[in-house]
Amino acid sequence: MSAAPAERPGDAKPGVEWIEIGRLDDIPKRGARVVKTARGDIAVFRTMDDKLYALDDKCPHKQGPLSQGIVQGTSVTCPLHNWVIDLATGEAQGADQGCTRTIAVKLEQGRVLLAWPGRTAA
Amino acid sequence: MRERLVIIGNGMAPGRMLEKLFELAPDRYQITIFNAEPRVNYDRIMLSPVLSGEKKYEEIVIHGDGWYIGHEIMLHKGVRVTQIDRAAKTITTNTGHVEPYDKLVIATGSVPIIIPVPGANLPGVLTYRDLDDVDAMILAAKARGNAVVIGGGLLGLEAAAGLNEQGMDVTVVHLMPTLMERQLDPAAGYLLKKNIEERGIKVLTGANTKAIAGNGRVEAVELDDGTRLPASLVVMAVGIRPNAALAKEAGLNVNRGIVVDDQMRSSDPDIFALGECVEHRGIAYGLVAPLYDMAGVLGRTLAGDEAAYRGSVTATKLKVTGIDLFSAGDFAEAKDREEVVLRDAARGVYRRLVLKENRIIGAVLYGDTSDGAWFFQLLREGADIAELRESLIFGQAFAGGGKLDPPAAVAALPDAAEICGCNGVCKGKITGAITAQGLTSLEQVRAVTKASASCGSCTGLVEQLIGLTLGGEYQPAEVKGMCGCTDLGHDEVRRLIVAKQMKSIPAVMQELEWKTSCGCAKCRPALNFYLIASWPGEYVDDSQSRFINERAHANIQKDGTYSVVPRMWGGVTSAKELRAIADVADKYDIPTVKVTGGQRIDLLGVKKEDLPGVWADLNAAGMVSGHAYGKALRTVKTCVGSEWCRFGTQDSTGLGIRIEKFTWGSWTPHKVKLAVSGCPRNCAEATVKDIGIVCVDSGYEFHIAGAAGLEVKQTILLCKVATEAEVLEHTGAVMQLYREQAHYLDRIHKWVKRVGLDSVKQQIVEDGERRRALHARFVAAQRYAQVDPWAQRAQGAFAHEFTPIADLRIAQAAE
Repeated sequence: MSAAPAERPGDAKPGVEWIEIGRLDDIPKRGARVVKTARGDIAVFRTMDDKLYALDDKCPHKQGPLSQGIVQGTSVTCPLHNWVIDLATGEAQGADQGCTRTIAVKLEQGRVLLAWPGRTAA
Repeated sequence: MRERLVIIGNGMAPGRMLEKLFELAPDRYQITIFNAEPRVNYDRIMLSPVLSGEKKYEEIVIHGDGWYIGHEIMLHKGVRVTQIDRAAKTITTNTGHVEPYDKLVIATGSVPIIIPVPGANLPGVLTYRDLDDVDAMILAAKARGNAVVIGGGLLGLEAAAGLNEQGMDVTVVHLMPTLMERQLDPAAGYLLKKNIEERGIKVLTGANTKAIAGNGRVEAVELDDGTRLPASLVVMAVGIRPNAALAKEAGLNVNRGIVVDDQMRSSDPDIFALGECVEHRGIAYGLVAPLYDMAGVLGRTLAGDEAAYRGSVTATKLKVTGIDLFSAGDFAEAKDREEVVLRDAARGVYRRLVLKENRIIGAVLYGDTSDGAWFFQLLREGADIAELRESLIFGQAFAGGGKLDPPAAVAALPDAAEICGCNGVCKGKITGAITAQGLTSLEQVRAVTKASASCGSCTGLVEQLIGLTLGGEYQPAEVKGMCGCTDLGHDEVRRLIVAKQMKSIPAVMQELEWKTSCGCAKCRPALNFYLIASWPGEYVDDSQSRFINERAHANIQKDGTYSVVPRMWGGVTSAKELRAIADVADKYDIPTVKVTGGQRIDLLGVKKEDLPGVWADLNAAGMVSGHAYGKALRTVKTCVGSEWCRFGTQDSTGLGIRIEKFTWGSWTPHKVKLAVSGCPRNCAEATVKDIGIVCVDSGYEFHIAGAAGLEVKQTILLCKVATEAEVLEHTGAVMQLYREQAHYLDRIHKWVKRVGLDSVKQQIVEDGERRRALHARFVAAQRYAQVDPWAQRAQGAFAHEFTPIADLRIAQAAE
């Protein structure tokens, strides 16, 4: 089977530094883990089929921790008021409006790499 | 003089490469092959039919000895190459022979991964790679006995099926939750497991091998959870890795495999490599189709033609007779992709196509793979399927745009399947009565068979049976689907989980033809509860399908911190407990300590990382989880009763404690709050609880269906009983009936309103036998439910839930 890393077009920006935050198995399927950073928490999601996504761990509505929500397909339901956020774009779905910042994340041979937040969080 | 071409390895890839080379430049090279296996080139794909006895070795030979002689190839059988001298352009063998080359091809294939557990090298532990392994397995199988196959991937399952055919008692041990998880999504993995088990092969998923035991010879496989599986044969089939050691020693560029470019050239321009030992554009392949693609390219390159290998899209088929399974491409979900799913539970068929911009990029087929080749062709060609889209999923032969039947799940039920649990009516009795007595309406069926005449939760199923039996002339009332993922209502799903013995979320989604591949935040928590309630002790809780409060065993607050409420039985505490709570509040800097309405203490503002530590300290003082966060038994509120109060008629505090000790830990459709008041003055406010007991001189009034939340409901007096034992029996019976019948997220009062008080009264009060049976089922379920979730987590379980995966704050500060 193809083992291509879960890279998306935006990832190829020159000058992005990648930092290893753990292994794929550290994140439960249909779940998330938190990365602590000086600029706030980042939620790293793993879908049923091992795609990875990272978002600021804050719902655009009332800053609920998205990492604690239920992951279905490629979206997450915020635990505070059930807003549904698209993992790929960070945008609220349905009638709700708002957007959460996305951070590039990729998988390389089982290792989870996050675009270095110190540099990209400008 | 002809150029000298030396090939290391004689598998299928170099064989195919030579065929191509001979076709284009038959006389260009003088060829020498070294094969560590003492054989000619045979079809490794066919090892499984050899193992199962369907084929013989002679039938799977690709190139016989005559072929090598005819092409003037020098084939050294059973000779291993031990060294490559790139400066001298020679290779050396284990027999000391030195052979010069002009061009060298490395095709050393792969080696099976041996998991490093104690006993992995015991005699009787085999891998599944070549004919020697198969011979050893067939020999071992002659003694019958037990075999354990470690690994539920393609090879492992084929080995298991083969050994089963050979008469062994086979168990497959697989680390991941579903079989063949790399090639199949969970729905297809579920069907596969069912099929494999139907053959008498046992399958243990989520099982981690700890050790292989034996004295001089394998005797058993031991798992992490303490299970011991007796085995006279163990087959390890957990995966393969490229066999690149020789190339690495020779100083060639090697990552996971030998790194090659699009011409299959290694970092040395005179050395090529192909097959399972190489890594091309970061990918190492383990299936035959890409190896053949590589062989074609290398054959042409060596013949002097221009050719380039650009990677392969792979397809997988399981070669076990009677199991049809096909998977190809990329079937992950993503924003810009759509999926088309077809489930036909009656025939055990599952098809899923993943589309992107009107092109197929992935396909999983189970049960009916007849269109696999067609889908795969469309996928590889990148064909635009916009025109075909409506009927695509039905396959190539499908012409016209007819619609499929609505869920066939009911039609597929056997006649003996129970439809009405209240009155014990099975499917055959209902359809039989409809036919024999010419019944045409729900009311008639209820009158004659009693099906759906009590709580009514099987009404939808009965109506579907009437529809199936009478055909189009019957129009059932519309049932509202659970959520957008299914048209079936809660009642139908609940009844079918039991009738069809479905024991996992993927099973339900497959058998009931869910329209999405992994459900949503509405149906998953509901299904998780329905499965817990239906299969106590058997169903494995899916924590990712629980809301955060139940997953973290604490209540999330608006700022992302949590609150912790330890249980205080019947609202009674002690100096020791209060001291421990105060110490915890100090130690973890907990900002708010509040007394709740349920007579206990809430610690608010606890950081998630601190939860296991807080729980450990509370556990040490004898306190357990209060389940204040769950759709579960919450509190049993009491007044002081006859022990202190001058009006008290009974020991309300003691009874409350006994009820709470009996019911705690139970998962329910929604929260459940109880209270026991010692006299009709009702200080414990028992008449606004889900279940309320009011003590009177002559005994106990048993109330249900109160609430004091969004809606305020006064309880209904269900009955009066004389003893505490009767109170407990009625409580257990009501809890169980509610757990078995209610829709997820309906409080007791909503459930009673839906099924009718008469139905509840009939089953709890009038029918003593039924009440005792319900109580007994509740007691049985409690055996598995009364485990303190805090203690498990304080001792390290689910640690990933409570710790960040990484902390980059220090690294950033240092910049």
